[in-house]
Amino acid sequence: MKFDNDEIKKIAHLARININKNEADKVGEKLEGILGLIDQMTQVNTDGIEPMAHALDITQPLREDKVTEVDIRKKSLKLSNETHQSLFIVPRVIE
Amino acid sequence: MINLSLKELSEGLKQKKFSSVELTQFFLNRLDLHNSSINAFITIDKDKSLAMAKHSDEIIKEGNQDYLTGIPIAQKDIFCAEGWKTSCGSKMLDNFIAPYDSTVISKFNAVGAVNLGKTNMDEFAMGSSNETSFYGNVKNPWDIKTVPGGSSGGSAAAVAGRLAPAATATDTGGSIRQPASLCGLTGLKPTYGLVSRYGMIAFASSLDQAGPMCHTAEDCAAMMNVMSGHDPKDSTSIQRAKENYLTGISDPIKGLKIGVPREFFSEGLDPEVEKIIEGGINEYKKLGAEIVEISLPNNHLSIPVYYVIAPAEASSNLSRYDGVRYGYRTKEYDDLMEMYCKTREEGFGEEVKRRIMIGTYVLSAGYYDAYYLKAQKIRRLISEDFKKAFENCDVILGPSAPSVAFPIGEKKEDPLKMYMQDVYTISTNLAGLPGLSMPAGLMNELPVGIQLIGNYFSEAKLLNIANIFQMNTDWHNLSPEEFK
Repeated sequence: MKFDNDEIKKIAHLARININKNEADKVGEKLEGILGLIDQMTQVNTDGIEPMAHALDITQPLREDKVTEVDIRKKSLKLSNETHQSLFIVPRVIE
Repeated sequence: MINLSLKELSEGLKQKKFSSVELTQFFLNRLDLHNSSINAFITIDKDKSLAMAKHSDEIIKEGNQDYLTGIPIAQKDIFCAEGWKTSCGSKMLDNFIAPYDSTVISKFNAVGAVNLGKTNMDEFAMGSSNETSFYGNVKNPWDIKTVPGGSSGGSAAAVAGRLAPAATATDTGGSIRQPASLCGLTGLKPTYGLVSRYGMIAFASSLDQAGPMCHTAEDCAAMMNVMSGHDPKDSTSIQRAKENYLTGISDPIKGLKIGVPREFFSEGLDPEVEKIIEGGINEYKKLGAEIVEISLPNNHLSIPVYYVIAPAEASSNLSRYDGVRYGYRTKEYDDLMEMYCKTREEGFGEEVKRRIMIGTYVLSAGYYDAYYLKAQKIRRLISEDFKKAFENCDVILGPSAPSVAFPIGEKKEDPLKMYMQDVYTISTNLAGLPGLSMPAGLMNELPVGIQLIGNYFSEAKLLNIANIFQMNTDWHNLSPEEFK
């Protein structure tokens, strides 16, 4: 697997990580190395094998539809960079 | 006081030989003296710790003392603790004061244990050397030019350097067992789902599991008695009766069938480490165990599979760090997209960004089947290998890591070399099984760990098997010269 700069930029954009021009080559090289390691998987025949998503076969438990969480709104809002009343402020999205 | 077991500390408190305030102050003094040389802690808050100790002394006075009441425990900085900075080793969370307690922290609080401070770790638990932390690398007390292992390197260094009697840690691909091995400690990664993940900052949710890091198996058992148990706040927490891990800890192990996987003794394993593991096997023979050869034919695939599954889960889990609600936010931006992308560029370290990008790639359109689905299928094969192995043995024994502690900087620029550190530990996480590492010898004055892997929910048996070894050997009592 070989990444050119456009592909690295595309992945970085999907991951919402800014990446500058000088870094792209170095990042690409490291990612290629890791994908080379991952490619060992292609040698394995996995026909008919059920994918394993989780370590234990468990189903999601159900519980009563009751509020159990304590209210930490005030404490949580204090952690934000910018708030207004009970809202988080971000740059304008809709003109 | 620095060499007392948790049991001895507990008895000392009961017999009023010392108070919790005195004990906590003693370890805080040790931190003053030694933490700057090994960088094991990110946050130390003496006032908070001493206030907790004062409260613990009240509990003891009232006659309600539990095993860990009044004992200072170092907490990995991955566990949210209300009012404490909880950074996960990242610049992204450098300003994050946890607004609530993780279940693990609540459980320690409930028995009146003292929070001694938050330990250093690889950023978001991604690393095997503690060199990816925003707060600088941790040094191994056995030789401060070497790494303590990772990601729970701060917890390991704190206990190995006698800066804390015991610590909590987490293990996604070996992050308890590998540092335990490199620092000469006993560390247990429990069966997936046994310890609640609520309030434990997520890396790869289908693999993450918390456990104790201590000097002995007996101390680990006492910690597990507090940490384990069903939690309705974690939907992957297992509903089963709570065990007492101390009850059968000294039961005889005569007739125990130990499986040794031949794949764990192939290329990549340091021959000197191999000799020490062989020595451990011989010790178990002397103790009446039977050794059988077993095979885990797909173990070599565990690293490729892990580096698909863990980054895929991480890319999703870490998408929450966007600068909007909490954590770091970049200073200058014109629009929302720029705010996201610059925040994540500046807030995450290199290894974390690398893994997020790998995860993003393997989950992206057109690649899902070739990578993610394929990895999940091989995960099944790896898990089936263990099932077959446990038809012929009670427990599996091998090395915890391929080498002893390596020099700081040696593998930092080569992720592939670094990833090989977890070649014996990752398969256990993929299968969800419990694994333990304990000290079994020294190579060039550096500790070597033996790994024991058990069947699902066999933690009590693993701790028993390790305890019997420790009743007959002395490796777990050794401590690094400068920290005696």
